[in-house]
Amino acid sequence: MEHRPAPPPSLPHPQRRRWLSRRWAPYVFISPFFILFAVFGLFPLLFSAYVSLFRWDGAAGLEAMTWTGLGNYAYLLQFEDMDLGQVFTAGFWRDLITRDFWRALWNTLWIGVVAGLPQHLVAIPLAYFIHTRVGRLRNPLLALYFLPFITNIVAISLVFEAMFSSNFGLVNAVLNGLAHWQVGGFTPLSAIFPAEPVDWNRPDKVPWVVAFVVWWRYVGWNVVLYLAALQTLPRDIFEAAHVDGVSAWQQFRHITLPLLRPMMFFAITLTVIGSLQLFEEPYVLTRTTGGTGQVAETGAMYLLKTAMTDGDFGTASAIAWLLFALVALLTWVNHRVFKPKD
Amino acid sequence: MNLVVPAPRRVGPWLGQLSAYTVLAFGAVLMVAPFWYMMVFATHSNTEILSVPPPSWFGDQLLVNLADLLERRPHFWRALWLSLWVAAAVAALNLLFCSLAGYAFALYDFKGREPLFAFVLATLMLPSFVSMIPTILLMQQLGWINQARALIVPAACGALGIFLMRQYIQSAIPRELVEAARMDGCGEFSIYWRVVLPLLGPALGTLGLVTFIGSYNNFVGALLVLREQDAYTVPLVLRSLQGTTAVAISALAAGAAVTVLPLLLLFALYSRRLIDGLTAGAVKG
Repeated sequence: MEHRPAPPPSLPHPQRRRWLSRRWAPYVFISPFFILFAVFGLFPLLFSAYVSLFRWDGAAGLEAMTWTGLGNYAYLLQFEDMDLGQVFTAGFWRDLITRDFWRALWNTLWIGVVAGLPQHLVAIPLAYFIHTRVGRLRNPLLALYFLPFITNIVAISLVFEAMFSSNFGLVNAVLNGLAHWQVGGFTPLSAIFPAEPVDWNRPDKVPWVVAFVVWWRYVGWNVVLYLAALQTLPRDIFEAAHVDGVSAWQQFRHITLPLLRPMMFFAITLTVIGSLQLFEEPYVLTRTTGGTGQVAETGAMYLLKTAMTDGDFGTASAIAWLLFALVALLTWVNHRVFKPKD
Repeated sequence: MNLVVPAPRRVGPWLGQLSAYTVLAFGAVLMVAPFWYMMVFATHSNTEILSVPPPSWFGDQLLVNLADLLERRPHFWRALWLSLWVAAAVAALNLLFCSLAGYAFALYDFKGREPLFAFVLATLMLPSFVSMIPTILLMQQLGWINQARALIVPAACGALGIFLMRQYIQSAIPRELVEAARMDGCGEFSIYWRVVLPLLGPALGTLGLVTFIGSYNNFVGALLVLREQDAYTVPLVLRSLQGTTAVAISALAAGAAVTVLPLLLLFALYSRRLIDGLTAGAVKG
């Protein structure tokens, strides 16, 4: 740097003053992100923490805020009228999920697990199979699996709603058709599939429908992630094992899976964050209501309802921060479990 | 689940292969079926859709359904145009700002570079709902409720885009090139504009696609700030159709099909690039 050659005389404006020096240029170049984040990211984040400590009807203006400390959190968690001594009884938990916040949390976690776990359980073997066996058809196949991920979820949820309709829906037609499928006088599948149309709007069915749509949307994304990770592994580890007479299953279990750990950490983190933010699928599939008895009302839906319908911005902000704390906790747990060992 | 894992060779490789291919094909059908039925329903009348079994091949009611849709929601085309416009604006701004920031993080040495970049990545982990409530208030204060800019400005420079750009610039643009331009007296912005930017073609294409699709599909953000029907983007219009007393699945399916069509078109043309772009961050990060 200290030995800088003088500008060649042929340059048009050798002495021109730069409006942007080399020293400051990088800061100017990265500033749009930080300005936007400060205004639309950091400020809202801190402000919501502040608001969560007040009782406040958002429509009434800033003057209407009254300090309540952790009151909003206490109102949501309702610890004081719970008998914590009963925590190991089923009644305690049944009672717990009748309370709005806890029910929303339970729904979120339930859908997260029922939709999220199978995503990975299906995606990992599928990616492995595509990696080791599928050659020419790989790209078109991947494109098909990836399609749900890039789709407008409102549009597709509306189609799913029609497909799950109880009297005329395609899903019932297929399931009933399978149940009545006959081979030589027997109906071999009647034990597995329902013979009568299923009422998918029943409270005990709605969460399953939501979970299925969520699974459908993200399983291909996970296949693509795991496949990308597999493609970075050196090919010869597969070939070496092949020569040593290791079975395909052993190779998958003892070589491939451990090498996939870093990607499992990353992919599961995305699933955790995505699950706890889940909004669009249940919102559209239950026509914004969360279903009869709010059986599919997720945390994010409860948050938005509290803010927009009830106008209770303080409580809504407290919900946001409780969910945020949960995201942080689960990410940390995931980190402990799947962190690549150094 | 075990079906998918290739069976040990003792059993005969083709048996395991066959079952695995079956699962793979079944999965592919499952992924595509809703799109297929969306398109099919868009071309049938309501009574046809509600018959048992429902139609599986195209009918001739598409124009009727579209007319029905426009009668129920006269501003549908306007909303579609608005969605496309917002998505294009978000994509264009991201291309500019993310490539600038990515360039700075990749090829400048400056104080605080590493912690600042780590900070950018950390913001990706922030769940969007935490800032929802204050964002509504902020938009009210700014007078941006019902305005397209409420969707464009906050999304103008995404952290993921910066990351993608930095990765690409680090691998594709030699430092010597930038140094040489600087020796020749090129200004800092000119180096970016005339030397770096023209070399970013593939990465810009990927980032443009990703941000365009993300913005086009944005539902929650629009739900928070767009309150009036004439300000709605297309996902909101579709959603609002659901609330009508006599839901016409045919009109809805036609609207959904038109909405998804631009996405399918982009995806058909650029699926490989899109998939690579979205996973590049995951693999390297």
